[in-house]
Amino acid sequence: MRRALIATVAGAGLALTACGGGTATATPSPGTPITIGVSVSLTGDFSSDGPALVKGYDLWAEDVNKKGGLLGHPVTMKYVDDLSSTTQVVTNYQNLISSDHVALVFGPYSSLLTKPAATVVDRLGYAFPEPAGGAPSVFALNLHSLFFVQPAAIEDNLVSYTNWLLALPADQRPKTAAYATEDDPFTQPQIDKARKLLEAGGIQTVSYKVYPAETTDFTPLALKVASSNADAVILGTQVPDAIAFVKTFITQHYNPKTLIETAGPDQGAQYSDKLGANTEGIMVPAGWTSGSQAFNNPTFVAEYIAKYGGTAADISADSAEGYSVGQVVEQAATKAGSIDNQKLIDTLHTGTYQTVQGPMGFDSVGRPQGGVGVFVEQWQNGNAVFVYPAAVAAAQPEYPKHDWQ
Amino acid sequence: MILVLEAAVLGVLTGGVYALMASGLTLIFGVMRIINVGHGALVVLGAYLSFVLWRNLNIDPFVSLVVTMPVMFVLGVILQVVFIRPLKADREALSVLVTYALALGIEGLLGFFFTSNYVQITAWYDTASFPIGNFRITYVYIYGFLLCLAILGAIFLMLYRTTFGGAIRATMLNRTAAQLVGIDVDRVSAVAFGIGMATAAAGGVVFGITNTFNPGSHYDLISRLLTIIVLGGLGSLRGAIIAALIMLVIEDITAVLISPVWADFVFFVVLVVVLLVRPQGLFGLRVRERL
Repeated sequence: MRRALIATVAGAGLALTACGGGTATATPSPGTPITIGVSVSLTGDFSSDGPALVKGYDLWAEDVNKKGGLLGHPVTMKYVDDLSSTTQVVTNYQNLISSDHVALVFGPYSSLLTKPAATVVDRLGYAFPEPAGGAPSVFALNLHSLFFVQPAAIEDNLVSYTNWLLALPADQRPKTAAYATEDDPFTQPQIDKARKLLEAGGIQTVSYKVYPAETTDFTPLALKVASSNADAVILGTQVPDAIAFVKTFITQHYNPKTLIETAGPDQGAQYSDKLGANTEGIMVPAGWTSGSQAFNNPTFVAEYIAKYGGTAADISADSAEGYSVGQVVEQAATKAGSIDNQKLIDTLHTGTYQTVQGPMGFDSVGRPQGGVGVFVEQWQNGNAVFVYPAAVAAAQPEYPKHDWQ
Repeated sequence: MILVLEAAVLGVLTGGVYALMASGLTLIFGVMRIINVGHGALVVLGAYLSFVLWRNLNIDPFVSLVVTMPVMFVLGVILQVVFIRPLKADREALSVLVTYALALGIEGLLGFFFTSNYVQITAWYDTASFPIGNFRITYVYIYGFLLCLAILGAIFLMLYRTTFGGAIRATMLNRTAAQLVGIDVDRVSAVAFGIGMATAAAGGVVFGITNTFNPGSHYDLISRLLTIIVLGGLGSLRGAIIAALIMLVIEDITAVLISPVWADFVFFVVLVVVLLVRPQGLFGLRVRERL
């Protein structure tokens, strides 16, 4: 009887220590090196975006170490591959935090992976600044520890574009629009919102198709869009389908007056080296462009080219987003005077932070605010530049889009 | 309606490419009774080989087949001798493990040399098209289909007109009996694997022109190839070709007529119905497994 009692008390004691309010992040003493853990997609559906994120994170780590580290702590980045899998990403963050005891974590690529990861990171008491998870379903998690480091929640990514289209004079405005999107939490909300706005503005929908993200053969879809002969084509794509659609449009000699894709044209060389001169006139929503003068951006671009080679047009927006995450954390740490996760979370909810994507703050569930929004970027003469709104435009929008070559 | 016709034509043309890739897979199963789940990775390897020759030496991808097919053939023979031949007991099950390991190894090597950035072979004929009636057909699909006809034709000729082809067919029918009549089944197996790899190289070229790919692209590919050979009948070359055409035509027509979300589903319904009626697939042989 007595032994059972002792065992129960001991067990209860153990259980209590285990529930000690998440993992207490023991703040390292000044000067000690720290590790920042990230789960990146090096294989799988997002395998071309993971490495771009890594480049941005690495560049930031290098920069911050040149200045003596994050609050004096030299930074080492630790990457684990999540295979673009929603289950692996959870395992990765659990391991990074509970086994590897990293000081901080940064986010993975895509809303699809950020969502499950954010729940786990929040439960373990860490801050989760992330570069690429801005879908409505991510904010619906109501997590106080999540911060989406982009100028606006992605659902509104196409709003600048719809504003521009509807502001065109009535005789130039497109009369019809065709939509096709992956059933991905990043692409579909954008397309649906754009469709609602354009239909309300009088542009008729002649085709609307949702396709599985695992689709490998996009040609029949693209044929369907081409056969609709719509004036405007609005596509919810990632890199492979973005390219496949354009190639089919070229073979079918289908020249819409305007074409915008939610992702793909913002990935620099990965997109342009397969289309060559036919990138001309294609638009994409973008919060960042290599030519923008936002905080430290020219330096970022120059350093990127020095470290990785190529030209400014080759830089993927993913790298800029990764770099921004580092910038935000650096500024928050300086403001809070600490790299303790709880203090960072509290600090990040106040004030404005300067990044290469412009200024931003975060609301209570991590939605960006006070940012300058997302703009319309267009490929012109082999370079992607902002064309709308006029306040940031580096060139006039090319409309109608030039015919394929 | 025009759209359906266009989708059907596209289905036939792309079906030819899948037929090319699936033919190697079904041949390997037929001769060695092993499921080569690494076949998708071999196609991607072939695509990368042609990509390298195209990018660095400006060799047209179809012309590069003169180099890549023999290279992949020799590689196939080596792989078979080193990894597959030693499997004696429990070959079917173990071969899945071994070939999967091969696939992962190839993916890793390719990822090491090429990173996971998407690449694609481009040529004038991947966007140039000619009109037929109201729609346009891209030249690359025509060339790919012709390539498929040529290679599959050559394989059929070899199988049915040469002694060695007879040896292969005998091994496919009954391995033990073939050994008893004096056929060197080890040699036949090695050559069959080599042929399978060579066809993968050919399929890889067209795959690499019509798709953006990276080392991880083989997963989607192998699942499609396996379903094709199951529908066609494991081990039947004719079956692989017909099944590939059926699958692609059904998928493309469903995608344009209804929705791409239903394309796979409709195909699998067809597959299940066929298997319920004919469990061995369309052209599969009902073989006696025991001598």
